[in-house]
Order: sequence, then C-alpha cells, then structure tokens
Amino acid sequence: MAKNDLLGASLWDAYSNKVTTLMNNPKHQGEITEEEAAAHGNKLIVADFGAESCGDAVRLYWEVDPKTDVIVNSKFKSFGCGTAIASSDVMTELCIGKTVQEAVKITNIDVEFALRDNPETPAVPPQKMHCSVMAYDVIKKAAALYLGVDSESFEEEIIVCECARVSLKTLQEVIRLNDLTTIEQITDYTKAGGFCKSCIKPGGHEKREYYLVDILRDTRREMDEEKMKAAADAGSKGSFESMTLVQQIKAIDAEIDESVRQFLIMDGGDMEVIDVKPSDDYIDVYIRYLGACNGCASSATGTLYAIESTLKEKLSKKIRVLPI
Amino acid sequence: MQVYLDNNATTMVDPLVVEEMQPFFSEIYGNPNSLHKFGTASHHALRKAMDQVYKALNAGDDDDIVFTSCATESNNWVLKSVFTDHIVNGDKNHIITTEVEHPSVYAACKALEEEGVKVTYLPVNHQGIVEAHVVKSFITDKTALVSIMWASNETGMINPIKEIGEICKEKGVLFHTDGVQAVGKIPIDLQDVHVDFLSMSAHKFHGPKGIGALYIRKSQKLSPLLHGGEHMGGRRSGTLNVPYIVAMGKAIELATTNLEDKIASIRAKRDRLEDALLKLSDTFVVGDRDNRTPNTILISIKGVEGEGMLWDLNNALIGASTGSACASEDLQANTVMLAIGADSELAHTGIRLSLSRFTTDEEIDYTIEHFTKAVNRLRAISSSFAKVKPTPGGEAKECELHFH
Repeated sequence: MAKNDLLGASLWDAYSNKVTTLMNNPKHQGEITEEEAAAHGNKLIVADFGAESCGDAVRLYWEVDPKTDVIVNSKFKSFGCGTAIASSDVMTELCIGKTVQEAVKITNIDVEFALRDNPETPAVPPQKMHCSVMAYDVIKKAAALYLGVDSESFEEEIIVCECARVSLKTLQEVIRLNDLTTIEQITDYTKAGGFCKSCIKPGGHEKREYYLVDILRDTRREMDEEKMKAAADAGSKGSFESMTLVQQIKAIDAEIDESVRQFLIMDGGDMEVIDVKPSDDYIDVYIRYLGACNGCASSATGTLYAIESTLKEKLSKKIRVLPI
Repeated sequence: MQVYLDNNATTMVDPLVVEEMQPFFSEIYGNPNSLHKFGTASHHALRKAMDQVYKALNAGDDDDIVFTSCATESNNWVLKSVFTDHIVNGDKNHIITTEVEHPSVYAACKALEEEGVKVTYLPVNHQGIVEAHVVKSFITDKTALVSIMWASNETGMINPIKEIGEICKEKGVLFHTDGVQAVGKIPIDLQDVHVDFLSMSAHKFHGPKGIGALYIRKSQKLSPLLHGGEHMGGRRSGTLNVPYIVAMGKAIELATTNLEDKIASIRAKRDRLEDALLKLSDTFVVGDRDNRTPNTILISIKGVEGEGMLWDLNNALIGASTGSACASEDLQANTVMLAIGADSELAHTGIRLSLSRFTTDEEIDYTIEHFTKAVNRLRAISSSFAKVKPTPGGEAKECELHFH
C-alpha cells in the first residue's frame, strides 16, 4: 500500500488497445461445424473449459488436417468479460497454422504477450491476468482430445501460480535460496500470487491443488528440520562447535557423567552445568560445585584442571571451564 | 445521449442543493462552535437543516439525529459502540445481521467476530428479503443487537422493518437498520416503526458525498466513536461540516416532498424498462416489484457475463452496475444472487439498473434499445448459446464456487 494504491484501479483503462479492439470486434468468434471440417477432409475438435458458474467459460474449435496435424482453422465462443473474449480471440489466432503438438506449447503468458500494444506494457491489470489462463487450459484439452491422451500428460511440471506460470519446484528453490519467510517476499521474488491471488490460500476465485501458504510453511519446516538434523549429525560426528546450545550442554553432561562425576561423588560432592557461552576464542562452560566440592581447595585448582582437560580432549580445545 | 442508471451507487447532486450550500464556503465560514458572529452566523441554517431531516423521517424532538461523515461511519459507530457498551461492558455476546448487508455492516461484523463476538448472518428468502420470524427465532437473552438493512442496494428489496422492530422491542433487543437505500426513496415514519438506530447518507438522495447521519431513538446511550471537541452534544466530535449539513437538509427535503408522486413517476419508468427487458428470452428480475424500492432492477441475462455486459453498456454511454465476479477485485460471484438461491451461473449474469427522479422517458427508450443490442451481440459470442457440442470427452466440469 502506498500513494498509487489509495484510489481503486480504473480497471478498463489499464487494458491495451488490442484488448479493447478485440473485445469490441473479435475476429475469430464463431463455430466450425462437423460438416465444414469433413468437407475439407479435416477433423473437428471442440473443447470446453470453465463454466458459467465460474464466471468464465470458453469453447474452442479446431479444424485439424489429419495428415499433418496442422490446425488449419480455429474459432471460439466465450462467456466472459472483455479480457476473456480478447484472450480467446488471440488464442485462436495463435493456434492457426501450428501443429497440435506446437499449439500445446502456447501458454497464457504467450496469449497475454500477444495482446500487448508494446512489449514493455502488460495488456491487462494484474487481477485480469487469470483470463488468459483459460486459453492455455482449453488448448491442452483440445490437444488431448485430438491425440487421444490425458491432458495432464502435457504438464511437465506442477504449476502453482498459473497467472505467472511459477512451478512448485521454482517456489521451493527460491524460498530456500533466499531464506524467504512471507508470502509478500515470494510474490516479490517470483510474481507468484501477484495476479488473481487464487494460489495464495484457499477461498480465492479458483480452487487450487497447491497454495503458497502451504508451500511456504512446509518448505520452512523442511528447512528447520534439515538445520536440526545437520546440527545433530555434527554432534554425533564430534564437531562440538557446530552443535546447538542444548546439544552442547547435553554433550558436556554426558562427558562429565562418563569421566568426572563418579570421582566427585566419591568425595561427597557433585557439580552441575549452568550455561555455555561461545565467543570467538573460547567456549566458556559455567559450572557450579555442589556438596563437599563447594569450598574444597582443589575445586579451583586440581579438580577444575581435571574437568577442563577432559572436556578439552573429548569435545573442543576451545573449552574453558569457569566455576561460579 | 448518455444515461446514468447507477443511482444506488451514488446520485447527481441536485443543482438546488448546490445553490443552498454555496454561501457556506466563502461567505459564512465561521466555526459554529465559536462565540463570535462569524461562528453563530450559520446556526440558523444548521437548525433549518436539522428540522428538514427530522421532518423527512418524522423523528421526535426527544430523538437524536447526529450528522456523520457517511453511512459507513454511522454503521460502524452503532456496531462498535454497541460492542463496547453491551458486550465488553455488559453481559451480551451476540449480534444478528444478514448475509446481504452492505460491507460497512458485514465487514464490521466480521471484525467484531475477531474480537470474540458471536454473529449470526441470516439468510434471505428467494425474494431476497429477511423474514421477521427468522429474526425472532435467532434472538437469545445474549443478543445485544439486530442490524438489518431497510432496503437492499443490490436488489432494492424492502425488508419487513416494522415487524422486525416490533419483535426487537418485545424481546428488549436493540435494533439498527442501514437505511441508506430507503431514505429518500420510500416513505419513512420513525413514529410508526420501532427502530433504535438508523443510518443514512445524503449522496444517495441527490445530496453531496461525505455527509450522513445516525438517528438515535430517544437519545439513548451509544458511546461516541469519535472523541474530541464534544461537537453534536458530545455524541460525535469533529467540526460541523456546515455546507454539507445544509445540503443534506435541502436534499432530504427535496427528495421527500410529494414523495408519493415522485415514487409513482420513477416507478412508471422503472416498470416500463423492466417490462421491456423481460421480453428478452432467458432473463429474470430478482424480487417482487411491489416490495422493491421504486428505482431498482436487478436483472439476470443468461449467457451474458456481467462485466462484459457493463462494457457494452458503457460503450453505449450507459452507466450500470454489477456485483458479479469479474468486475470486483476479489472475483466473487454476486453474493446477493447466491444468497437468494439463484443458480450459481446466474450469479455472474446480474446487471443492476437504478433510476432517479432525474431519469427521463427518452433515457429509458435509449436504454431499452442499447441494452437489447448489447445482449444480442454478447449472446452471439457466448459459449452458452453455441450450437456445436464439444467432442466427447471435451465437456467442462462444473466449477466449484468459493465465497466468504
């Protein structure tokens, strides 16, 4: 939020001239009949995507030459707003002349780009980016019908944000590499979630399989778990310096149990670890003597030296033991 | 020709109102709280404006009508102060409202839910109105407030405010109504109905934006929302907006003088427009027109998406409105149409046309012509009216709708 966000967007003013022109006069609006296609010896494919109940629906018609798989003609029908109609129109134009296999490669980004007046300025405002996604979906569906395969098979990766075409893998990588902690950061880094916002969390315009909030939470959890595991591994491999504080205290306690405590107890005393404070040169281990050790002359000399040298030898040369 | 048919969103300020407020900018500009003659110079006009508002609503002298900045403020004031007075500092914990309230009530209720208040959102029937017996059945001894709009901004449907008021009175529960779409459009007699709080806004009846009011029955307790210099008897602080208060007084007077004649005139034009549009196939209008504000039509046109329709109307220089998916930021379907149980596809095909007393017969003729053209053009493009069926396996699955 800032000055530019204080007034609501003038949605329609943000459309490119192409969007406006095609909404007013779509060039490829219409139908292709079975008879027309058959007369040319071609195959007719008709695919629907969306529904009136979603607020957007498109029907795509392809006339395909069965010998070459080339889409020789294409039309559309659309229930939708201006950008939905303009996107559908450009989609059919992009299909004509391509083979079915080539057409599958057309994405919503291509459709939106084809609607731009110049390469730098988006054709539609962010919340309208989603309209072109329908074009991508219906093409896949038409291609699947023609080729007799499942439309899922064209998807090489899991797309979380369809508007910006950001994959699950990319999102996980970006979160890890940049140590991202908020959805806003994810949108800043990847543009995911910056358009129709359906992919941010459940309850948006469209139901999604993956949501950014879940991906962020799960990735952060994995990162934390890995960090802990790395620390634990480091501990078991004897790298005392890279342990967490709790692990260091546990390691010291274990060492004292093993080599020191029995002798103190024999003399009617004991000790406890109070704290561990690492600095650049030393790792200071603060201890308190209990029972007979407390006040014993040797506790500041011989006993202390014995404890320190044991810990130095077993755990880290940087250890310095300080009784309090 | 250009035609403005979005008068439920806002109205043109009547030039007579502009004339009335004009002297209070650069000629009579003193602060009415000041003791000197610059300050007191506006008192006569302010009193007159108050009299105009009291008279238009038939409020009693022991009632308060407090000027606010808008109905959003009035609505927030009631909800938040009832929360403070009767929930935080009382033994109540429940508010009753409806699914179809204006966001200034709905979102305020959502915010109170976050504070721990239990809120019941009542459904509307297929006519789009809240039935009084439904309200009654949800009132408990923990209910602090019932807040139900007098008339709907989307459908124009008028709720049974008199009946609901009687129920609330009998049960001893406070009753607030957002009267934004009713004041100036239909007769309102506050001696005849039992309403504790009534919100209103001048720009819905040809007054300026930025001025509204809250009626408080018998000057009863309601903690202030705005603290400060104890203006309006301490009920609402903030230097009185003299020109706008004067304007609101004039606007409500103009709107309610010979109200029955005005209603008859607007209704005749509305009905003529509605009848003409209903001649188009596969259309329907929400709600019985006898129980609707006389200026409003919410029409659904099968196969024509709401924002697409607005686009074509706009190209024909007709300003209308839609609550449908594509037009709104959150891409939701028209929640009112969903709430009244219309099929979900129809929730994306609603167009609201709202007239005013300035709408002319020529404008109605023009609208009928261009509305019909737009429907024909968009249906020619629409997949809903396509003849060639999808290749087997190419059919679309139904969409799963999300709202709230």
